Amino acid sequence: MRFSGWRVLREGLTGNKGWAPHWRDAEPKAEYDAIIIGGGGHGLSTAYYLAKEHGLTNIAVLEKGYLGGGNVGRNTTIVRANYFLQGNSEFYSHSLKLWEGLEEDLNYNVMHSQRGLINLFHSDGQRDAFARRGNSMINQGDDAVLLDREGVRKYLPYLDFDNVRFPIYGGLLHPRGGTARHDAVAWGYARGASDRGVDLIQKCEVTGIDIENGQVRGVQTTRGAIRAKKVGIVVAGRSGQVAAMAGMRLPIESHILQAFVTEGLKPCIDHVVSFGMGHFYISQSDKGGLVFGGDLDFYASYASRGNLPMAEHVMEAGMTLMPMIGKAKVLRSWGGIMDMTPDGSPIIDKTDTKGLFIDCGWCYGGFKAVPGSGFSFAHLMATGNHHGPAAKFRLDRFRTGTGLMDEEGTGAQHNLH
Amino acid sequence: MRLDCPMCGSRDRREFYYQGDAVMLARPAVDAGEAAWDSYLHLRDNPAGQTRELWQHEAGCGAWLVVTRDTVTHAVSAVELASDVKRAMA
Ligand SMILES: Cc1cc2nc3c(=O)[nH]c(=O)nc-3n(C[C@H](O)[C@H](O)[C@H](O)COP(=O)(O)OP(=O)(O)OC[C@H]3O[C@@H](n4cnc5c(N)ncnc54)[C@H](O)[C@@H]3O)c2cc1C
Ligand SMILES: [Zn+2]
Repeated sequence: MRFSGWRVLREGLTGNKGWAPHWRDAEPKAEYDAIIIGGGGHGLSTAYYLAKEHGLTNIAVLEKGYLGGGNVGRNTTIVRANYFLQGNSEFYSHSLKLWEGLEEDLNYNVMHSQRGLINLFHSDGQRDAFARRGNSMINQGDDAVLLDREGVRKYLPYLDFDNVRFPIYGGLLHPRGGTARHDAVAWGYARGASDRGVDLIQKCEVTGIDIENGQVRGVQTTRGAIRAKKVGIVVAGRSGQVAAMAGMRLPIESHILQAFVTEGLKPCIDHVVSFGMGHFYISQSDKGGLVFGGDLDFYASYASRGNLPMAEHVMEAGMTLMPMIGKAKVLRSWGGIMDMTPDGSPIIDKTDTKGLFIDCGWCYGGFKAVPGSGFSFAHLMATGNHHGPAAKFRLDRFRTGTGLMDEEGTGAQHNLH
Repeated sequence: MRLDCPMCGSRDRREFYYQGDAVMLARPAVDAGEAAWDSYLHLRDNPAGQTRELWQHEAGCGAWLVVTRDTVTHAVSAVELASDVKRAMA
């Protein structure tokens, strides 16, 4: 089933009776060429590109809950390519290019909206740091514009420019940054994979990984054993538990990240805006809700809800930056489990077990990585070679100390990112 | 979340600094090799359930604490002085 304007018109005139489910809810087979553990954004995009780019269609995605029920449906949907360090820069640049062709490619409206991202700065030191970041974005071939205070005022007149503690000095505008509809991204990839023959198997929790003589043989699941020559672990916050099934300990600690949404309002915030002096960033969804968040709660957690101190901090920071939002009523808050690495950068690599691959460590920024990660992980699983833009996401960089990618420059230590 | 500091009593989470897994108490020897240091600095069990962590009562008495906590429910079952734990390990 293809979507088109014509189709919408026809369905509208015939009672919308022709719409069919977007993907097959498959039953597990006894054996596949490859299995992807985890039906989040990264697992689904990996399956899609395995099928589309590498012709591997005898594959399955195993999801313990329902497709898209994890972080891919819990994030604040910001899509950007404004990284600073080699390794990250080329990867996110590639991912953003995939985003820009995604709707055509998937024939699915993921509501990718390049409304512009503005990171504000509030001191001379921060201005220098952002100027430098902007230069490295431009060197990468992406876009960045350094705005002074009056430049920011043209875009965001509603900010508290003269805040006594945190006056606004300017901002770094990334015009191609923006948002997308998270659920639609999961659904679009699911449909694209399923159409190409991939089995998407829900309510199928992987409980063990079968390894013989250093070679992966398949997995144990709540719906029986399934054999496979290749297995990819793509389970975000649950990476530690699933890797443990293969006898691995990962450089990952799972933390909680919260987000908030208000009642629907008329359009007022046209960009993605982040505060440079407190943990707060915001955008407005197409439904009108203000979607905003902050930093981690900062302790290991598997509870999909956070604590009040960070909620309070985020609200305070928001009120400091844009007092106009004070009357909006917060409808909901929630949390997601983040797979945090010591340097804050991800891992796409082989493991010591033959045929077993891992894609994890996306921290709080893995939504924008969904296309790029799936593309590069599929390349690695299909060919056995690292894919150019993701070639630096090595698992052993922590052990060897070579190639650490610490964007914040705070040190490759667990509690610092 | 509140932590029960053995020195100061029950205090708000905001008074404490989170360091991470209490594996950090067992520092390897300088020449223990790459694998031992990797395990100490980076690799984590990362359990969904009971875990032992190092926290510091930063805005209180300054003591380092070993907190036994459930990462799923956030329930805290024990808070000990890290110095006591370290002495018991010796
Ligand atoms: C509040 C919040 C805000 C965020 N904001 C942004 C943002 O603005 N921009 C951005 O780029 N990123 C953001 N992120 C990060 C982003 O959401 C994640 O990095 C990304 O979604 C993780 O990859 P995923 O989609 O594959 O994860 P998930 O959707 O969590 O997928 C993992 C899947 O694996 C399944 N699974 C786990 N264990 C098993 C098992 N044993 N067997 C079978 N299946 C299993 C899970 O059920 C889950 O569906 C945010 C995250 C949160 C929580
Ligand atoms: Zn104390």
